[in-house]
Amino acid sequence: MSKEKKKKGSNPLAFYGETFVKGDLLTKLSFIIMGLSNLLRGQIVKGLIYLSMEFGFIFYMGVFGASAVASLRTLGTKKQGMAFDATLGYDVMQKGDNSMLLLLYGVLSVIIIILFIIMWCKNIHAAYESQLLKEKGERLPNFIDDIKEHFDAKLHKTMLFFPMLGILIFTIAPIIFMILMAFTNFDKDHQVPGNLFTWVGFENFRTMLFSGETIAKTFWPVLGWTIIWAIFATALNYIFGMLLAMLINRKGVRCKGLFRTIFVISIAVPSFVSLLIVRNMLNDDGPINVLLANLHIIKDAQHGIHFLSEPLLARITVIVVNLWVGIPYTMLITTGILMNIPEDLYESAKIDGARPATMYFKITLPYMLFVTGPYLITQFIGNINNFNVIYFLTNGNPATLDYYQAGKTDLLVTWLYKLTVNWKDYSYASTIGVLVFIVSAIFALISYNFTSANRNEGDFS
Amino acid sequence: MSKTKSMSKSKKIGDIISHVVLVILSLIWIFPIFWIVLTSFRVETGTYIDHFWPHGYTLNNYIKLLTDTSQFFFVRWFLNTLLVAVLSCIVSTCFVLFTAYTMSRMQFKLRKPMLNIALILGMFPGFMSMAAIYYILKSLGLSQSLLSLVLVYSGGAGLGFYIAKGFFDTIPKALDEAARIDGATRWQVFTKLTIPFSKPIIIYTILTSFMAPWGDYIFASYIMGDKYSNYTVAVGLYRMLEREFITTWYTRFAAGAVLVSIPISILFIIMQKYYVGGVTGGSVKG
Repeated sequence: MSKEKKKKGSNPLAFYGETFVKGDLLTKLSFIIMGLSNLLRGQIVKGLIYLSMEFGFIFYMGVFGASAVASLRTLGTKKQGMAFDATLGYDVMQKGDNSMLLLLYGVLSVIIIILFIIMWCKNIHAAYESQLLKEKGERLPNFIDDIKEHFDAKLHKTMLFFPMLGILIFTIAPIIFMILMAFTNFDKDHQVPGNLFTWVGFENFRTMLFSGETIAKTFWPVLGWTIIWAIFATALNYIFGMLLAMLINRKGVRCKGLFRTIFVISIAVPSFVSLLIVRNMLNDDGPINVLLANLHIIKDAQHGIHFLSEPLLARITVIVVNLWVGIPYTMLITTGILMNIPEDLYESAKIDGARPATMYFKITLPYMLFVTGPYLITQFIGNINNFNVIYFLTNGNPATLDYYQAGKTDLLVTWLYKLTVNWKDYSYASTIGVLVFIVSAIFALISYNFTSANRNEGDFS
Repeated sequence: MSKTKSMSKSKKIGDIISHVVLVILSLIWIFPIFWIVLTSFRVETGTYIDHFWPHGYTLNNYIKLLTDTSQFFFVRWFLNTLLVAVLSCIVSTCFVLFTAYTMSRMQFKLRKPMLNIALILGMFPGFMSMAAIYYILKSLGLSQSLLSLVLVYSGGAGLGFYIAKGFFDTIPKALDEAARIDGATRWQVFTKLTIPFSKPIIIYTILTSFMAPWGDYIFASYIMGDKYSNYTVAVGLYRMLEREFITTWYTRFAAGAVLVSIPISILFIIMQKYYVGGVTGGSVKG
């Protein structure tokens, strides 16, 4: 048995060939009629389930699936418009193909075919297994036994079924769909149902990355700003959040609980609420400018500080406001970890005459970086994809004509969102999505390697 | 002697400075929240004001928000959000716990590949697939329904198993083995042993998945489109700030924001212990 498993590992396909050679008639027939071996050997329910799957699949493919997969090749050929009708003898409005639905159904059908192939393989295993058991003269497990088995040794199959189904439908299928869309010309000039779109290969990536068009002149600066933003947002939040936690942890500070609660409240308020409030406060005629005018710091609110409408200032503002959002969060996370730093490290440093700043950079920061490394990486990736702060605060504005449908504070993800929702440039949006994925993956890979290298040297392990 | 005295003196100064800094920071952090509460009781409507303290205080904004259904249905939206939050919280929690348990305890061929795929899938920006999800829901005949929102929030929840898996990993495997020797099935081990041990991580999972629908604007607005009656509070409140409504509705928006924030904040402050435990236990490791 173990030998067989080993063989299976080396070449999974060989198993099916061998089974076909070694199997008896029923097992051989199960290659064509699913579940037959189980059905005729007494595992009736199991056999029927396999059989009905096969019928269902054949029915599906015949009615729908086959044509759906076939049309993946062209994504539709019939354009909506006037066409000559021979029976009537004049032009009639012809309902065209909907490229987008064809693509969607094509992807779903391919997934269903893959699932069916997996079930077919399972069917072969089950068929052969029942043959072997029968030959050994052992009792075959009936349906009740199978169900019991699925709550014990095969519990993972039961438990993973619905979560996997959910992930397949709501995460994997949409991602595949959108990745494919990056290779089409589904932009605002090729909108369904009035128009068709089709495959264009790597054209979108070439336009986005290497052409001299506006969209390439938008991509690189927006990418640059996204990375600058992610670095500042992550690093500043981390450092200041930690400092705040240390300040509250300090011996001699009273009402620690009260201070912590005040900062925690700002996390607890849903972020869209607090961000919309802050946006309103920072408006050109918002409360902050009114306050400054009342204090005669500025002439009047109309000539106030353009927190959100002046490009450079707006960028600084979103980073600062993001501090307001993020610092309490870091404070909450790091408070406990900071207290775990061995006190004697500080004691001995003090005896050696180290100053607080030295202790921070030589003890606290390395320790925290070591412990919270993975957290920082997640935060960084999260900030590359940080939608809420930008969207609610500036909506990417101030707008600029140098950019293709983007503003000066737009990140790649908010630009992607605008292209999807406002401009229906799905192909470009998907291209950006794929590029964001590549950027995130590169950063994650580098930093995981970096932290694991750090870890091996591990001063604190 | 004099050295200790000067040290205690400098410590005192340090304490005073710390308190002053903390008080200033607290004011900065509390100010926007204070401002929205103030706005919600303000008599004058509109966003633009040239004075800081309101000229008068009133409960009218709250009353109008709850009763004026000519444009917006705040009460309905609140109940919508509550329903979506409760349902998606139940589904997500089950999905997360199931996935985390199998990944932590069961040995099967696809375990490693699945862990890697989960990592990779997590790096795609969520909004990228928004349009696709919309059309999938549409082809399922579920567009613009509350059920579709529940599915969107909880459908992919199984991917967020890392934190709970980290927690399950800390429960000694020997306990499982002992129970199995006594004749318990895997399922019994999960329900009778693992679950009772996992109160903190279950509360963390419930808390995060319950809070998500209250704060999500993007998916809800994209899926609901113009179907006002099925909005969640986030979408509804955002609509109130559109140009044609903002003058009348700004103070009512503030009232709505306060009403949404109060239950969420209370919940979060009570449960923050579990929240910190969840995040530090799962994604932060020594």
